[in-house]
Amino acid sequence: MTLLCSLNAREIVSGLRKGLFSPQELFHSLRERTASLDGEIGAFLSRNKELAPLAEGPLKGVPVAMKDNILAHGMPLTCASKILENYVAPYDATVVARLKQNGGWVPGKTNMDEFAMGSSTENSALGVTRNPWDLSRVPGGSSGGSAAAVASFQTPLALGSDTGGSVRQPATFCGLYGFKPTYGRISRYGLVAFASSLDQIGLFGRNPEDISLLFENIAGYDPLDSTSLREPLRPDRDETPKNLPALAYLALPDEGVDPEIREAYPRFLKVFQEMGYPLEEVRVSHWEYALYVYYVIASSEASSNLARFDGIRYGFRSPAPSVDALYDETRTKGFGPEVRRRILLGTFSLGAGQYDEYYGKAFQVRNLIAAELRDLFSKYPFLLLPSTPDTAFTLGSKSHDPVKMYYSDFFTIPLSLAGYPALSLPFCLSGQGLPIGFQIAAPYLNDERMLRLASRYEGIVGGEETLKKRFNLGDEAFTAPPESVHNKDNQSEEVFP
Amino acid sequence: MWKTVIGLEIHAQLLTSTKLFCSCPANYGDSPNSNVCPVCFGLPGALPVLNGEAVRQALRAALLLNCRINRTSSFDRKNYFYPDLSKGYQITQFFHPYAENGYMEIEVGGTRRIGITRIHIEEDAGKSFHDEERGETLVDFNRCGTPLIEIVSEPDLETPEEAAEYLRRLRELLVYAGVNDGNLEEGSLRCDANISLHREGEPLGTRVEIKNLNSYRFLQRALRYEQERQAELLERGEEVGRETRLFDVKSNRTMVMRTKEQLLDYRYFPEPDLGILRIEEEEIRLAGSTLPETPALKRERYVREYHLSADDAKILVSSPSQAAFYEETVKLGAPPVKAAHWLLTELLQHASGSDPFLTPPLTPKAFADLLVSLEKGRITAPMAKDILPEMIEKGLSATELIAKKGIALVDSPEAVKAMVKGVLEGLRPEVERYRAGETKLLGFLIGEVMKSCKGAAQPKTVNQTVREFLEGKEE
Ligand SMILES: [Zn+2]
Repeated sequence: MTLLCSLNAREIVSGLRKGLFSPQELFHSLRERTASLDGEIGAFLSRNKELAPLAEGPLKGVPVAMKDNILAHGMPLTCASKILENYVAPYDATVVARLKQNGGWVPGKTNMDEFAMGSSTENSALGVTRNPWDLSRVPGGSSGGSAAAVASFQTPLALGSDTGGSVRQPATFCGLYGFKPTYGRISRYGLVAFASSLDQIGLFGRNPEDISLLFENIAGYDPLDSTSLREPLRPDRDETPKNLPALAYLALPDEGVDPEIREAYPRFLKVFQEMGYPLEEVRVSHWEYALYVYYVIASSEASSNLARFDGIRYGFRSPAPSVDALYDETRTKGFGPEVRRRILLGTFSLGAGQYDEYYGKAFQVRNLIAAELRDLFSKYPFLLLPSTPDTAFTLGSKSHDPVKMYYSDFFTIPLSLAGYPALSLPFCLSGQGLPIGFQIAAPYLNDERMLRLASRYEGIVGGEETLKKRFNLGDEAFTAPPESVHNKDNQSEEVFP
Repeated sequence: MWKTVIGLEIHAQLLTSTKLFCSCPANYGDSPNSNVCPVCFGLPGALPVLNGEAVRQALRAALLLNCRINRTSSFDRKNYFYPDLSKGYQITQFFHPYAENGYMEIEVGGTRRIGITRIHIEEDAGKSFHDEERGETLVDFNRCGTPLIEIVSEPDLETPEEAAEYLRRLRELLVYAGVNDGNLEEGSLRCDANISLHREGEPLGTRVEIKNLNSYRFLQRALRYEQERQAELLERGEEVGRETRLFDVKSNRTMVMRTKEQLLDYRYFPEPDLGILRIEEEEIRLAGSTLPETPALKRERYVREYHLSADDAKILVSSPSQAAFYEETVKLGAPPVKAAHWLLTELLQHASGSDPFLTPPLTPKAFADLLVSLEKGRITAPMAKDILPEMIEKGLSATELIAKKGIALVDSPEAVKAMVKGVLEGLRPEVERYRAGETKLLGFLIGEVMKSCKGAAQPKTVNQTVREFLEGKEE
């Protein structure tokens, strides 16, 4: 029965419908999988102990793990922070409510960088998460736990949050599809805010169809989120406009991109050429400023969003003789160093003396970047580009250097600043057997169209098969015991299939 | 001579059924922390959704104050830590308020137009209760998230009296429109004042802000104290500090709350959880169509249509429920001047509470009935005064009471004559003295007649009949 864990979401839905197995059997299979693997990987911070009755619906029986900054009623909500270590969510986030209404369930809450601030999940105050492909490496971040859980077949799907690349980067590090929808497409109600104008709930899956299935059932207008978009979903939207227009691809910067990624990029582009799309190289002149803009705006919003964690109403409180001391001690002890760094950075940027030079300026440059991308997307139906500048790095190798860490989001941030939908796709493996992935971005509200294109891509590249092979869950391995994830094979780089 | 410049910042709670950004009831008098939800309690993951009813109320206030309505405005965060501020920031409109450039007229000596700089929508905070004995602070978040508007005046006010008059008229206007309940003591209307002194022709002085002036009296006293304090400093050649001060009711002085160095940096920035607030022409029109007659127009009309004195009009109009009661009474046929007089002198004696006509002591119909009976001479004023308490107490109409008590009006000339004769014959000595020239006894004699009939005769008839009797025409 352990092999039920290898099923993807659509296989689960149809298998349950046909009566091939029961929801309980699936539940136990996934629990066993977690029991045997997650001690080493550390994807989950908490697991659901029993399976609640399932609603009827298109997601009947589908487990979707939740990053631990998304509220699921009755389950812990920690944001991987000491300040919320013993907090239990008192209500369901809109995504969780919709998941349950459609028959899905939450197997557990996954590890993350504290309050989603980081690119390696090393900023978690509550545990280490390792990359299932190589346990000496990080899974990426900040939604590293969700990525590791899906990659190690502990759940077919997971949600994360993507503020500057926190879904797309770990998806690439773990060989998955990672989707950040158009800003406002998925309700943020019940997602703990990091940077409200950038935060968007994102989806991890081993194939684009699973992601589409989940997206169609959790996205759409929510009266509880004033920034959610009213446009209806268009699952029937065809893959591309008529007569195959040219796709844009981003010219690589001269420096800062891993040579193996640089080398794989033309082969990635070739996949689309072979689908029949002409390609045109584009440059976005303000791209390199996006990183700075992001760290000012995201930190500014975070400094305000995290003010509610003050020890007064809930969460950790450090007793103190005065109210001011209570705030100081609670927040100094409750937040980790990276969170404190960003709160300080944001508080500074918003100060009366600095506002114009920092937040104000960043706001203007953000508009410039958005204008440039708007121009680009008025000409091209898709933009192809790298997802990350490098492959999964070893634990501890960047944690001492925040600026180096921030650079991980070089290719993802500009799209977040302007709210465009983007999807990272697995492509091949590096010489060390680590996943290399790239990214597609699309105009506003072209989420469904982009996922259709990704389906065709998956048909050619076969990312899901590669994962199964890696974890010995392919058809031929059905009777073999799961291979230890410690085993680092020296698989040579290959393009699937 | 020093010239005083005063501007007021007034926070008015909007009367709405729910809070500004969530659907909790806006009743903060309920048991502590009973009207809270993830949004107003600042739970992780909760997001604000703007209450359309609050915007409509805010619009009505802005129209009454002759403001320009900005078709687009937006919300911002004001960041500071305080235990009763659940999110660690207050959502307000700092950069782009919804209404600007208005004015209101006040009457102090003549008519003065006081400018309104801006009005913005914002949310209220909770309430802290300090238990000194146990060294504990308890916080009630029921009020947290209640909708407010802040009305910022131009520094057009020149005296404490003008400031108080401005506050009085503004309160009246907001209460009229049902925008605010006008309760200064309980803080649903709150007033902060900015005051500075300068010499004529010289630039404005440093302004000092005085917080929480919750009555007209305190406002005037605080401003007077500040006038003197600042003038003294300036006379001595010292500088006025840019400070925030509090008025101490006991000592009748203002005290420093925060100096310039302690002024907080609120780190305002655009609220990313809310979109642009767009107000359509149609919404403005609709809000305008629900506005009542303003108190100023009402006062004018009372003088013009009802021929009331300006003072009576002002007092009647000072409470919307009172004015409504009055107008209803007149509409039911009561003579306007008599109705005003009787309402303000007689009826108010039997009323209680800060706004007695919210639940009037009797119906306008009963009151009109009484006044019509009086006007038609079916009863006399003393009789009316006599039965009014019983009408109120028993809920009976004047007609019913007159019938029930068998009060008969002595109204035929013969009956009055007979009565006068009967009474005055028992007062021979006084009648003689009158006839001997002691004419000041007339009042006494008339009074005795009125007393004897318990007011059941028309004073005018009695007056005339007594005179005739005394002049011997009847003998
Ligand atoms: Zn609420």
